[in-house]
Amino acid sequence: MTGWETFLTAAIKVLAAFSLLLTVVILVVWFERKAVADLQNRIGPNRAGPWGLLQTVADGVKLLFKESVTPRRVEFGLYILAPIAALVPALLVFLVVPIGAPFTLGDRVIDLSGTDLNIGLLYILALSSMAVYAVVLAGWSSGSKYPLLGAVRASAQMISYEAAMGLALVPVILFTGTTSLKGIVEVQAGSFGGFVPAWNVVLIPSFLIFFIAGVAETNRAPFDLVEAESEIVGGYHTEYSGFRFALFFLAEYINIFNISAITVTLFLGGWHGPTFGPVWFSWLLPIFWFLLKTTLLIFVFVWIRATLPRMRYDQLMSFGWKRLIPLTLLWIVLSTLAIGVRRMGLPWT
Amino acid sequence: MVEVILFVIVALTAIAGAVTMVSVRNPVYSAMGLLLTMFSMAVFYVMNNAHFVAAVQVLIYAGAVMTLFLFVIMLIGVDQVIDTDENIPFQRPMAIGLGGALVFLLVIAARAAWITGRSSGVCSIDCNGTIENVSEELFGAWLLPFEATVLLLTIAAVGTIALAQFVARPRLVDATEDEQ
Repeated sequence: MTGWETFLTAAIKVLAAFSLLLTVVILVVWFERKAVADLQNRIGPNRAGPWGLLQTVADGVKLLFKESVTPRRVEFGLYILAPIAALVPALLVFLVVPIGAPFTLGDRVIDLSGTDLNIGLLYILALSSMAVYAVVLAGWSSGSKYPLLGAVRASAQMISYEAAMGLALVPVILFTGTTSLKGIVEVQAGSFGGFVPAWNVVLIPSFLIFFIAGVAETNRAPFDLVEAESEIVGGYHTEYSGFRFALFFLAEYINIFNISAITVTLFLGGWHGPTFGPVWFSWLLPIFWFLLKTTLLIFVFVWIRATLPRMRYDQLMSFGWKRLIPLTLLWIVLSTLAIGVRRMGLPWT
Repeated sequence: MVEVILFVIVALTAIAGAVTMVSVRNPVYSAMGLLLTMFSMAVFYVMNNAHFVAAVQVLIYAGAVMTLFLFVIMLIGVDQVIDTDENIPFQRPMAIGLGGALVFLLVIAARAAWITGRSSGVCSIDCNGTIENVSEELFGAWLLPFEATVLLLTIAAVGTIALAQFVARPRLVDATEDEQ
């Protein structure tokens, strides 16, 4: 492969991934509003486009044309930097997630992911740990007390749940023996006895812990103390308006999609699923399975939001440190024992 | 050639971040400068095919340590006037002298193989990512020092908690005596 070909493939992949994310976000926002409306016995958006599908587009255009108000006491450099710092990690994380089966073009095999990093999982953790900067900088640079309170809450919360998130991934790495997301998906191919898919469902505690920590990392209900309207107005984005606010909004929904997609990749078999039919159809099916599983998890996000009330701050902290992390550590010990026995046999044999 | 250009850009960024960190009055901007330097270092690691170290650098230093710094800065508040009096006599000449000495040492270190160690040349397993390489070194050749470090860190953590939990008994001293 020549240098130009590599460059061109990478450029097309990145463009495709970003367009997919931006399209998906429009649908996710619409899906959430519709689902929450159904769960709360309302109708939800139904005016713009068929079934209100274009509501998000209309909202986006509205935000674009609104004035970006800059309060007098902001630290302007960091104030501008914060929305960008929110969006960039959200876009970058998705680049390592494989969304479909690799296909061959001419004599080359092309993976359906931005890139296959050997350190994929660490890359995801590293970038999701960057997300806290956006919230902290936004809160501090706004020069106003509610955003600052939101930022202090956010930094404590995100550090706490990041620990649980990283620890929950340890059994996954031990079980699959790789940190590359492509490798992890390959391990989950095939099935037990012909009909039960061989996904990483044996790691179900990891799955639950990772998903709970993911909800906390994205600052979604019931962990949305960072932007609790009834206590601290809007939290870190109180002083943002117009397009700058739109960037925060965009980043939040991209993160929901990312967490769902990563959970699917790690625990629910990624793009694996039954394939049949002609070649082009059996190539499209994995993408469909991947998006279907991801949509199901996004629905769980929405379902949780519509069901659970917001936690109190001390409840959040004690749940994270006193329940979730000890549980994760216990699970690591148990799963390590099981994996060791499976691989090397019992110690006395 | 591309690598040289990239190196120059990232190196300049790293230096710019470091200078920002020490020269800016506002501690939040200082933290941002340090963050920039840490990111640039992660890029250096990637350029040297140490992807694992790069990821850990971002994860630990940029992700956890700097966030804690920012958290503390925000908790203390940055509105107070910072004391800029120079308390050490001959502070500036000394700084210039020590800085010069450091540059001298760095130049020597960069030129002498006995300080940086020999280049490992071809990687033993797979250069890309190097998780395997790092773990083989860490859990093979250097297992004992590694475990000793683990013990040291555990002791430090336990000590910190013990100190924080320790409740000092109020001293039975008269308040007027205490003031003198």
